[in-house]
Amino acid sequence: MIWPALFAACAACYAAKVVGLSVPERILHDPRVAHVATLLPVGLLATLIATQTFATGHHLTIDARAAGLVAAGVAQAFRAPFIVVVGAAVACTALVRLAG
Amino acid sequence: MRRRGRGTGSDPVGNGDDGGPATRAVIVRDAVTIGVATGAYGLSFGAVSIAAGLSVLQAVALSTLMFTGASQFAFVASLAGGGSAWAGAATASLLGTRNAFYGLRLSPILPAALHRRMLAAHLVIDETTAMAVSRDAPHEARLAFWATGFAVFSLWNLGTLIGAVGAHALSNPRTLGLDAAAPAAFVALLAPRVTSATTRAIAAACVAVALFAVPLTPAGVPVLAAAALVIAVGAFRPPAPTAAKP
Repeated sequence: MIWPALFAACAACYAAKVVGLSVPERILHDPRVAHVATLLPVGLLATLIATQTFATGHHLTIDARAAGLVAAGVAQAFRAPFIVVVGAAVACTALVRLAG
Repeated sequence: MRRRGRGTGSDPVGNGDDGGPATRAVIVRDAVTIGVATGAYGLSFGAVSIAAGLSVLQAVALSTLMFTGASQFAFVASLAGGGSAWAGAATASLLGTRNAFYGLRLSPILPAALHRRMLAAHLVIDETTAMAVSRDAPHEARLAFWATGFAVFSLWNLGTLIGAVGAHALSNPRTLGLDAAAPAAFVALLAPRVTSATTRAIAAACVAVALFAVPLTPAGVPVLAAAALVIAVGAFRPPAPTAAKP
């Protein structure tokens, strides 16, 4: 029963995208909505960084991904291009696993 | 100079003096770069999907039709963890709600014509939003949105296909360090947005809430808990008049 659930989830995800583009213009002029819209990507990106680095299922772990995150942070601090930031994290994580 | 808080006005004129061929080339180059990075991560998505028991067609269908990476990984991870496809669908759908807020942010710069707007909606994801809102002039924001959207859509699907077909060679993408690619990409997307005490506090609070929620809630919920926190803070604390610094 994968296909029906898959299609339903795809439809729900597309619906969320459409809803965001379909709200009346006046809602965008509410300063609180604008404030939320500005802050939301900050909160979500920070959350995704944390969960995708430190979560394994329901457990919090510090493993090779943490080394990758540090590498990404250092590359970003030096204002490296996007691909260098990502490449540094992947290479560092792979090296730590190789060494471990 | 980056101006935040675009949502309060559509600013149809923009900076006006900043959209030369050089700027356009930079935007397109950045879009292709992001596309390549997400394509590389698509390889691991394709491989992880096969490992979770999906067919190649199902993996590619997710990347084509769902086209929002975190939700796709949530769907697949639920199956891999022994959960039902419907549980995975629920988590993926909840996670996909954040794209509604991205749409809210992008609404002023996207086309008004219905069919083009419906097409644009499909491309409203983390990467396109980040690239578009980092541009002040509306015509640059539009180019950033479409260029990033097409680059990421093409290469994410290509990566998924190759990863799924080559799943045996890539059966454990962790050993390649590919699971570190997404957090690193998010670091690069987050850094330019953390420009004030408010944004730093929001980022820190969300991390704390999410990590607290990880052991207690189903996959995907920590992200939504953080989103709820942001909405509560943003709705009840009025924005500072000059919250943004360059």
